Amino acid sequence: MAYLEGHKIAELEHKANVIRQTVIEMLVAAGSGHTAGPLGMADIFTAFYFHILNHDPKRPDWEERDRLILSNGHIVPIRYATMAHAGYFPVLETKTLRKFGSRLQGHPERERLPGMENTSGPLGSGLSQAAGIAYGARMDKKKFRVYCFMSDAEQQAGNIWEGAMFAGANKLSNLTAVIDRNNIQINGMTESIMPLEPLRKKYEAFGWHVIDVDGHNIEAIVDAVEKAKAIYEMPTCILAHTIPGKGIKQIEFDYTWHGKPPKADEAERFLNELRTLGGTVKSEHQ
Amino acid sequence: MIRPEANLVSNIFDKKAIAQLPTRDGFGKGVVEAGEKDERVVVLCADLAESTRAQWFKDKFPERYIEIGVAEQNLATVAAGLAVYGKIPFITSYAAFSPGRNNEQIRTTISLNNVPVKICGMHAGVSVGPDGATHQQLEDIALMRVQPNMTVIVPCDAEEARKATIAAAASGKPLYLRLTREKTPVMTTPATPFEIGKAIVMYEPENSHATIIACGPLLYNALTVANELASEGVPVTVINNHTIKPLDTETILKSVRGTGAVVTVEEHQIAGGMGSAVAELLAKEHPVPIEFVGVKDSFGQSGNPDELIEHYGMGVGHIKEAVKRAVARKE
Repeated sequence: MAYLEGHKIAELEHKANVIRQTVIEMLVAAGSGHTAGPLGMADIFTAFYFHILNHDPKRPDWEERDRLILSNGHIVPIRYATMAHAGYFPVLETKTLRKFGSRLQGHPERERLPGMENTSGPLGSGLSQAAGIAYGARMDKKKFRVYCFMSDAEQQAGNIWEGAMFAGANKLSNLTAVIDRNNIQINGMTESIMPLEPLRKKYEAFGWHVIDVDGHNIEAIVDAVEKAKAIYEMPTCILAHTIPGKGIKQIEFDYTWHGKPPKADEAERFLNELRTLGGTVKSEHQ
Repeated sequence: MIRPEANLVSNIFDKKAIAQLPTRDGFGKGVVEAGEKDERVVVLCADLAESTRAQWFKDKFPERYIEIGVAEQNLATVAAGLAVYGKIPFITSYAAFSPGRNNEQIRTTISLNNVPVKICGMHAGVSVGPDGATHQQLEDIALMRVQPNMTVIVPCDAEEARKATIAAAASGKPLYLRLTREKTPVMTTPATPFEIGKAIVMYEPENSHATIIACGPLLYNALTVANELASEGVPVTVINNHTIKPLDTETILKSVRGTGAVVTVEEHQIAGGMGSAVAELLAKEHPVPIEFVGVKDSFGQSGNPDELIEHYGMGVGHIKEAVKRAVARKE
């Protein structure tokens, strides 16, 4: 991974927009699923699959690949969409999401889809698995890096802090966690359901280096991951401040969009909004 | 008669002379042997290194021993990550905590994920004794055998536990190994066969009236019953059913078709345990009278192991009565 040049940033931003469109299309086709989280993580997933990760879509079991563990499995539509655009499988297959016989299960399963590093859905257990991979890799002096994406609300689960304690105690500097700090969960805002703050201080107290970043600024995301690589003797936690539903005004910040898909007519509007960058450009689809 | 092919110890019915060791010791030896054979073997422990015998592995391979602390959910999930990466993790704690506490993590990140984590639940059953009901895990066979992809093994003695541990390391699958704290008779020898999924007929008289199917150290009580009943004119067969999943349907059915009555024996709740697995098979393939020896929908309590085994109805006398009931129910 190298630092980003200006034209590459614009390219990635465009890619993230296209991936958001795929997310909307696949959720409409599925008729169920989560909308806000996947849209909010589109820029981060794009930055990882198209710039940060050392991976090869044609060789998903390549031993030296970086590992990306998704702890909050419910946002997997964004991972599927990004993987498809990265070349892991045909984009058309994203329309099979949540359908009988599909490799794209409602919540991801490692054994069903090459390149899916872990099975997840029940919240709170991804960080420990990522720590386990990082620990094993360090035993074998492997050079690859391990990333774990988590939601903010799953920080309410005890298993997360067991994993955070383990990673800190073992100084797993090959592990970088990214928390989608979008402040929403099913029942409302995280700080009114079960407050998480001060999240930075909590991770620091558990022996982690913490970096706050704008989760929609691809250059800043890449920069934060580069910094994490330079931190020795401790894991890094990137607190990615994101807007749930980012890219579609009606969904942004609205927690009621956590667990429902758009209806067909809504999707048409949303897709138009994405294609025209909020009405600022003319869409070729119009 | 003890089957010669079982290669059991020669002094098996000499209670004073037979060697006594806890099955956890067999695990401790076996996991060191497994570690010598395969460097991918790692052992994780949740702050119970001495009592789980994980310490023996730690002494030999300190760089492959991973301390987790009092965090059984983390124990399962860190192991899942290690296994996804390519290690063969054995996770050690008391069965009351693992798989007692971390059941969902085992289900999602080990069984559904289908990675070869070996869950070693120690101090299972009422025979852990004075610690009382909180530590007497009686539901673990039920919890583990209903998970797809999971193998479930309950060794009968320390020697079988050693072999089971070595076989577990090589199985390539999620696996639960149930182990116990107390010293119990070592019935088997290095020459006794052990294969995952292959039950062992240990006692087989002519004209057998019933089949006792047992797992774990209570197998000794079952063999004692068979030996005593032989002289009382009620010859019975005893099967060591160490693998509860996958169940050895062939060996069980072959015996039961001959005897026509069954008694299952386990130090576990009757509901959902090994006996239930046998009943599920027989209800479909060959319905016969079955009696279940085990804990009857109750928690344990403090006491010494022998008195608890008696109190909860799993002693030699109880098994003998169960055999007579099962035989009497035959048409």
